[in-house]
Amino acid sequence: MVKNNITSDFKSQLSTVNCQLENVIHVENLVKRFGDFTAVDHISFDVWQGEIFGFLGANGAGKTTAMRMLCGLSKPTEGHGRVAGFDIDREVEKVKSNIGYMSQKFSLYNDLKVWENIRLFAGIYGMRDREIAQKTDELLQRLNFASERNTLVKELPLGWKQKLAFSVSIFHHPKVVFLDEPTGGVDPVTRRQFWELIYEATAEGITVFVTTHYMDEAEYCNRVSIMVDGQIKALDTPKNLKHQFSADSMDDVFHQLARNAKRGDN
Amino acid sequence: MMLKYLLEKEFKQLLRNKFIPRMIIMFPILQLLIFPWAANFEINNINLSVVDHDHSSYSRRLIQKIVSSGYFQLTDVSPGYDRALQSVEKNKADVVVEIPRNFEKELEREGHVKLLIAANTVNGTKGGLSTGYLANIINGFASDLRQESGQASRASVVPAIDIVPYYRFNPNLNYKVFMVPALMVLVLTMLCGFLPALNIVGEKEAGTMEQINVTPVSKFTFILAKLLPFWIIGTIVITLSFGIAWLVYGLIPAGHLSTIYLFVLIYVLAISGFGLVISNYSDTIQQAMFVMYFFVMVLIMLSGLFTPINSMPAWAQDITLANPLRYLMQVMRLVYLKGSGIADMLPQLGALIGFAVLFNGWAVLSYKKKS
Repeated sequence: MVKNNITSDFKSQLSTVNCQLENVIHVENLVKRFGDFTAVDHISFDVWQGEIFGFLGANGAGKTTAMRMLCGLSKPTEGHGRVAGFDIDREVEKVKSNIGYMSQKFSLYNDLKVWENIRLFAGIYGMRDREIAQKTDELLQRLNFASERNTLVKELPLGWKQKLAFSVSIFHHPKVVFLDEPTGGVDPVTRRQFWELIYEATAEGITVFVTTHYMDEAEYCNRVSIMVDGQIKALDTPKNLKHQFSADSMDDVFHQLARNAKRGDN
Repeated sequence: MMLKYLLEKEFKQLLRNKFIPRMIIMFPILQLLIFPWAANFEINNINLSVVDHDHSSYSRRLIQKIVSSGYFQLTDVSPGYDRALQSVEKNKADVVVEIPRNFEKELEREGHVKLLIAANTVNGTKGGLSTGYLANIINGFASDLRQESGQASRASVVPAIDIVPYYRFNPNLNYKVFMVPALMVLVLTMLCGFLPALNIVGEKEAGTMEQINVTPVSKFTFILAKLLPFWIIGTIVITLSFGIAWLVYGLIPAGHLSTIYLFVLIYVLAISGFGLVISNYSDTIQQAMFVMYFFVMVLIMLSGLFTPINSMPAWAQDITLANPLRYLMQVMRLVYLKGSGIADMLPQLGALIGFAVLFNGWAVLSYKKKS
């Protein structure tokens, strides 16, 4: 049931996106080398406003490195890119004001309470006290989380930490949010709830750039790119990709592409 | 504006920590209660072995005088020098005094006599000081005798020069007066140097550092938010230290407290900045800890806390110029003992400001938001 709802949801969204065709992320021949090792090898793509862009790849394929360059955490060796309208090499601080980021390593402050974490990051992004207080109440109500307002973050279960971290990362209403394997280590039900939050965010016009290992999650994305050995080997809607690779599922598509990977954990 | 939220966060984290607030209170108390007694260069409880060949009233008086000085404990009486040496070897005695046969008679007849003092100088300082004490006591004994027996005649024959030392600033040569102000510097260094060193690297380990790095927080704001809490910690620590110095040791600075506060605030900025620099270059808490430990050890050894900088070789003296501890250590002793004011300590002020600017500038520059 839920899945059908979601599917129809983003179909309608996709049509609106196609009308606007405004790119929130634009990347051209981006390269990152560490010494002799080329982690990211000339990647180019665009992400349209309001879309959910899945960034897939095996471990070590270079997706986290690529994402770090887009967030201004890592300096590109070659090529250039624009995020939220700003150059990722020369206007890093402006990029940072307009994005949200949630890393795979859970990164709220464990020794701060739920509301304190929200307040800290909202304040850092320049929101005012009153606005923060009001939006905090709204957020906690919406998440059905008001009772945990004063709980230390370290005492929350992982699934809730992830939901909270995501909510904090979009609290200042960025143009685009980067999610690096946001749902690692939780059960399918919790993952589904997390994706519902993602859809709510896109409904508000926030573009979502997400890396994941879960192929069912790849199906939820509007478009998906698959990285192998630092290069983007495929980029299209999940439907077109399955068609192109004559596959039943994204899982199958991924396996066909990643099979020949030279790097990775295994 | 951002600074407000970052400071709020730092203070909440600090106060919520189970360990750090207690340490800030307990560390100065324990250091200042225990250390001045232990780190004491006065030599006491010297074990004395006496070989008395004379057994006269003079020899007994001399021994009596030595023991009553308070520095010596008579732990061994040997019939001969060889036996006395054996007790030195067995660690029963530190110094041997051998009183020759006819000690009393020769003193009466000749007016002078030779005594043997032998000291165990495995610990050179202790050996040197104990023979010094002994020589003083024996000279005192000699002048006692001179006064008793016909002062007039003999004193004119042997003109004795009595040196009356006049010890300025620390008239009783109380070691604690010298140590306590300098120990305050040590306490400040440990707390305001180590805690920042563990701070940023702790955020790196927790992963929150990366989260901060993707926000528009400027490097300067971030470092400032890390530094300011240590100003408050430093102020608490030094105030506590003043209290202990006054209550336990009766020490009150001869100069102004405000002078010390001024210097301490600048010093805390400098040493915390140093800690942050180390934190920036470290990947793990363990690494930061060891590197900090290494530097603090060296800085303490070269600070003049235990050994006077003037008696170090020239190259070591040059190194101490690059040591912020050295300057605050001087300031503390100058203000506490001599009552110096800011005008007397402009070089120290300049040096500490220089270190504060250097380390904090370095901390801002070495904090990488981007790899």
